[in-house]
Amino acid sequence: MIILADIMSATVIFAIPLLVVALGGMFSERSGTINIALEGIMIVGALFSCLYLVSADKSGFGAVHPILAMFIAILVAGLAGIIFSLFLALASVSLKADQTIGGTALNMFAPAFAIVLTWAIQGQGQTTIIIPTWVRITQSAFGLTPGKDPNFFETFIFKNFYLTTPVVLVLLAITVFVIYKTKFGLRLRACGEHPQAADSVGINVYALRYIGVAISGFLGGIGGLAFTIAAGSGFQSTVAGYGFFALAVMIFGNWKPMRIFGAALFFALFKVIGSYSASIPFLPSFSGIKNSDYIYTMLPYIVTMLVLVFTSKKSRAPKAEGIPYDKSTR
Amino acid sequence: MTTKIKKFVQSPGLSSFFASVASIGIGLIFGYILLAFINPSMSFYGLGKILFAGASSAEKISKVLYQAAPLMLTGLSVGFAFKTGLFNIGATGQYTVGAFFALYAGIVLKMPWWAALLAAMLGGMIWGAFPGVCKALFNVNEVITSIMFNWIGLFAVNLTLSNIPKILDKISANRTVNLAAANKSAIIPKWGLDKLFGSPYMNISILITAAVAIIIFIVLNKTTFGYELKACGYNRNASIYAGINAKRNIVLSMVISGGLAGIGGGIYYLSGTAQFLVIKSLLNMGFNGIPVALLATSNPVGIIFSSLFISYIQVGGEAMQPQFSPEIINIIISVIIYLSAFSMLLKGLINRILTRQNARKEKEKVLHSSAGNRGDGIVTDAAISNKSESEGVTK
Repeated sequence: MIILADIMSATVIFAIPLLVVALGGMFSERSGTINIALEGIMIVGALFSCLYLVSADKSGFGAVHPILAMFIAILVAGLAGIIFSLFLALASVSLKADQTIGGTALNMFAPAFAIVLTWAIQGQGQTTIIIPTWVRITQSAFGLTPGKDPNFFETFIFKNFYLTTPVVLVLLAITVFVIYKTKFGLRLRACGEHPQAADSVGINVYALRYIGVAISGFLGGIGGLAFTIAAGSGFQSTVAGYGFFALAVMIFGNWKPMRIFGAALFFALFKVIGSYSASIPFLPSFSGIKNSDYIYTMLPYIVTMLVLVFTSKKSRAPKAEGIPYDKSTR
Repeated sequence: MTTKIKKFVQSPGLSSFFASVASIGIGLIFGYILLAFINPSMSFYGLGKILFAGASSAEKISKVLYQAAPLMLTGLSVGFAFKTGLFNIGATGQYTVGAFFALYAGIVLKMPWWAALLAAMLGGMIWGAFPGVCKALFNVNEVITSIMFNWIGLFAVNLTLSNIPKILDKISANRTVNLAAANKSAIIPKWGLDKLFGSPYMNISILITAAVAIIIFIVLNKTTFGYELKACGYNRNASIYAGINAKRNIVLSMVISGGLAGIGGGIYYLSGTAQFLVIKSLLNMGFNGIPVALLATSNPVGIIFSSLFISYIQVGGEAMQPQFSPEIINIIISVIIYLSAFSMLLKGLINRILTRQNARKEKEKVLHSSAGNRGDGIVTDAAISNKSESEGVTK
């Protein structure tokens, strides 16, 4: 039973970055800008928040107020993501450049910049930023004492409990509310479907697209921090393709927040099965094949492909995404 | 005579060349600022290495050419897809599968080098076909599909390699066996170029890839087939209306694009100086094809030069170790691509200024001959700006 709790807990911790980054991608695409730079945004968010965590650790502030320090780190990640994403907005909204090219440039810039910066700060070859251990929330934070043998519930909740999890779930609720229940959400969606019509009733399409991209930067940056925590081995100037994975989650989730939540859990489950395959008893072990764990590592990608192929008939992207808005075409 | 010069100055090729040179210049300045920021006293040393290390010796030049060959092919792969309206971010997966096919053909089946290269092309074509079919039949975005197939390809190749003991090195099982020991005929011939340059890295691969680039140029610009592929890229609905089979063309252009990346993988690992490593991260060669293609605005002949340039500064970047990390080169390249995203804007601006001047002159002419037609200037303006738009990279 404990292994089941283990798997569930790992699924949640891996689903959180996918969820928040896919929500970010949704904000951007719903406003009409394809954000292929999510990978780069995640790296930049993770880089600056991890640098903050290290400095908080050194000053001793973090060990005394772990939750507050983590909250600040989340804000740092979001802020760094916003600033980085504005470069995408500048290229694709103001200058009407090709959105995939600008995004590709940012994706290439981010990991190189992270390596150069960590190399410059920590010395040659030292490109891993180690996250301090106090970021994990333990039972004692709630006045509980951890038992000797953690039961099912304790394992599920506290094995991988970080502040990013509740924050992202709150952000999901806010997203649902903002997209469907506010004037802003309606206008944002209008800009992604028919910007000419939105403009004709007095909505500033450029401003809304900037905001859409900036929100995706905020959420993407937080996702970068969440990923680095989930990966567990510190920040290594990469998020292992999670930004692109999140785009697939967004498409599978049909650009709708609650479906994205489901899709993120689905993908994370397969990802976890891939990495836990050796310790799950009921899976076939392919004993005649060398390095058979690659079969399970491949699994989430194959499942993604199959799901995309079978759901593609129903998938409905925002109509105007990818097309720079030109006022003179109204 | 003057009209000829004017035509040359206004030609879209020249303005895109100037736009690329300007982006390269700004990218290098940005790189220098970064160097000065990290280590002010060594910054000139670093810049000197970036600019001149690639040409400092015959050995370095052959290293540049050696790395430029596969880069050129992945650049052609990405550029070909761009020309037909597709974004093939999966060149790295097709490159990996191509490399595996080439090594299998060379080491296990004992084929000669040219047959192994054809096998590599076949491997890349198969891996390019998947995103093409998904796009054509199921309308799944090719960017997502090719990313997924990058990882599937990498893991599938690793899994297969681990289970073919013949292909692996006896001492360290995570790499393929040395080609010189397994099958000498599978090594790409050198034609004495290695002696001329005094480096084992030198072989005829750069000549092969340049020939491939020219073939692709002819196919795209001089054949009906190439015209159809490009038409599908510019406007899919219009080309369907004109009787072009768009679905077939999407699959074909992804297959050709994948085949090009596949040859790239073959050409690198059949050089006899590289051994394929079983690792869990994607190979960068495929991703670096993207900047190569963008810098050349996907023009196959331009890709010959842009791949040489990128390979050149990469060799320079390796030479600035240990004072600076070689990733600075990636930063410079990314700045160059970011700026090249505006190059169409810049080109349009240059053209508009030129045509406005022309229009004014023409207007004066018309006034002088006292048969005023005000529409003239506007028509030429619109026609030329259309032309400049259609020259650029289309998504």
